[in-house]
Amino acid sequence: MVRFPRLAAVVPVLTALVLVGCASEDGGVQSQKLATIKGRGTVVCGVDGKLTGFSFVAPDGSYSGLDVDVCKAVAAALFGDPAKVDYRDLNSSERFAALASGEVDLLSRNTTLTLSRDASGGNGLSFAPTTFYDGQGVMVPAASGIKGLKDLAGKPICVESGTTTELNLADRMREINAAYTPLKFQTADQTYSAYLQGRCVAVTSDRSQLAAKRTGFPTPAAHTLLPEVLSKEPLTPATVNADPGWADAVRWTIYALMQAEELGITQANVAAKVVEAKANPNLADLRRFLGVEGDFGNQLGLPPDFVVKAITAVGNYGEVFERNVGNGSKLKLERGLNRQWKEGGLIYSPPFR
Amino acid sequence: MPASLSPLGPAPSRWKRLRTELFGSRVDGLISIALGAALVAIAFGLLKWTLFQAQWAVIQANSTLFAVGRYPIEQQWRLWLLTALLAAATGVSWGLLRALPRDQPSGQRWPFNDRLAAGVLVALALAVPLWLQLSLAIQLRWWGITALVLVLRWALARWGSDVPWGIQRLVPLLWPGLYLVGMVLISGGLGLIQVAPSQWGGLLLTLVASSFAILLCFPLGLVLALGRRSELPLLRWGSVVYIEFIRGAPLITLLFLGQNILGFLLPGGLAPDRVWRAAWVLTFFAAAYVAEALRSGLAAVPRGQLEAAQSLGLSMPQGLVQVVLPQALRVALPAVVGQFITLLQDTTLLSLIGLLDLLGTARAVMANPAFLGKSAEVYLVLAVLFWCCCAALGLGSRALETRLNPSNPARYQ
Repeated sequence: MVRFPRLAAVVPVLTALVLVGCASEDGGVQSQKLATIKGRGTVVCGVDGKLTGFSFVAPDGSYSGLDVDVCKAVAAALFGDPAKVDYRDLNSSERFAALASGEVDLLSRNTTLTLSRDASGGNGLSFAPTTFYDGQGVMVPAASGIKGLKDLAGKPICVESGTTTELNLADRMREINAAYTPLKFQTADQTYSAYLQGRCVAVTSDRSQLAAKRTGFPTPAAHTLLPEVLSKEPLTPATVNADPGWADAVRWTIYALMQAEELGITQANVAAKVVEAKANPNLADLRRFLGVEGDFGNQLGLPPDFVVKAITAVGNYGEVFERNVGNGSKLKLERGLNRQWKEGGLIYSPPFR
Repeated sequence: MPASLSPLGPAPSRWKRLRTELFGSRVDGLISIALGAALVAIAFGLLKWTLFQAQWAVIQANSTLFAVGRYPIEQQWRLWLLTALLAAATGVSWGLLRALPRDQPSGQRWPFNDRLAAGVLVALALAVPLWLQLSLAIQLRWWGITALVLVLRWALARWGSDVPWGIQRLVPLLWPGLYLVGMVLISGGLGLIQVAPSQWGGLLLTLVASSFAILLCFPLGLVLALGRRSELPLLRWGSVVYIEFIRGAPLITLLFLGQNILGFLLPGGLAPDRVWRAAWVLTFFAAAYVAEALRSGLAAVPRGQLEAAQSLGLSMPQGLVQVVLPQALRVALPAVVGQFITLLQDTTLLSLIGLLDLLGTARAVMANPAFLGKSAEVYLVLAVLFWCCCAALGLGSRALETRLNPSNPARYQ
């Protein structure tokens, strides 16, 4: 037993070496992806590119939309510049492959968070906070007097065939024991023109899509969305599972936008808030949030003022919402579930401590 | 073709023919009137919608996007330069073609078509920029480019025959040379700032991808066609397996394969850009079909031709190049050009793999809340643009067919 003490001596040395290796730059963040992105100087962001309100190309060639603003916020948090994004239009079938193969760093493309997409045995994604709680809705003419799903009993409803929408409608109507006549169409265009011709009293689809289609109607104000939501569609940005450091950076950048709305920090007043925080040492929470004191940025591998940079670039979550899909846009979507938790919504940022 | 069916007949007999064919009997007359009325109604409806109901702001506001996609504005001068160079080359080639001795009975037809084409060009150059409400500076550029085409066409038609044949023969080489210059201008390099392919879009991307594939699939297809007829088993079976594999898979699956699998196979950064991946897939796909079209041309040349060439002392490759291929190409040309046109239209599939080609750009534009519900306008413009590109390809191939026609005196100059 001469060798054993020697081995025992080697183990602490090895452990120390490993620890030193981990505690390199970026305050202990070991993220291959973050290092790659910083070296490259741009974030490659996968978007839909063709979805009203979420991502589209403006006449000057720039990308806009709610999904796009998430990419911009992350780029601003990393580099201080929302323009440092390389957009990739992805379709629904190739989005996960593009993420897994490393073609895109961040997937901000109306992806519903589900178990199989999150699980390592499934798509193995790492989901950030949900940025838009969508759900299947029902649109009716405002003059029809229909107030809820029960009023639709025995009436024809237009629906696209072969979609989960069709199945969800059937499930919910069976639950409330209301018979109805589904009018099925192959394409969205056929479905909405049938509804406009009055062949059915209601049309069902995702609420954001209903609202988008409504803006193209001759008299948008003559149609309303029923309050019921038939399915859950939490649309969530995602990164690969394999890199927790990068996932954290994305996650807390998005939380920062939500926290900013809760604290009343906007694109317009963020600079003033920084001045205020610097001047008053008693505002400890605000000082930590804005990176005036503490090392939150460092812990994430981001610059200390990443929150300020992200808010300066796109505004807080409420501003992003209103500008792209809410009252500032043609879609005029209600905040609904996307309100702050204090107002009864689901937008809730964990504490920045 | 019997003389009475020739579209070249004098006008009165054409009129008479129309009457006997459309109003030969009472039933014929009724059918003709009904169909004619329906056609007029449709045309009238379309015209009314186009002129009074459609809202063309979506095209006017996004015209740059449709033309070049997200190409950086400060680098767009390179595309203007390329357009001007292309216009100059078109003018030179057109003028020289006019200076050539003409095809016999078409003493009338060729100048008529020619003047018609020039007239259409002028009308387009005047009307389209006005309709798009382009700024004066850009309108002037379009007029300048059109003037360049017309002046060169006129000058070379007039004095082109004085240019020595040695130089005239070099003119077709302008085009491949210009293609290389164009690729440098578009993508950068040689002192120009790089513009990543992800920023190309609209018509630019459609034309780059399709021209790349069209140019490369032809030699590739020729090799495959010769390979399939070769007597070396390895070559023959290799070609057969390749052609049958490609023809057995839909293009869209191959495109997805190219986009998704290459990312896994090659480490990040080594895989070519998504645009080039798609362009290569298009090339490899079209090559298989072009090979089959060329094989039909090769099969149409009697075996005796090659044997005769060999008995005259030509080697096998010489016989192929000098005797067999010219005849085979003439037979296969319509089918091959048909393949090129299909290829041009197949580039719309790029929008399904997330590239901003003409259709992809259109879909991205229609998602803009400012232009919701304007799909009819956008799709109509897209259809017209594609029709123009395909018509140009078709016209070019017909001109080439005339040139390859053995009865055309120009060929023997």
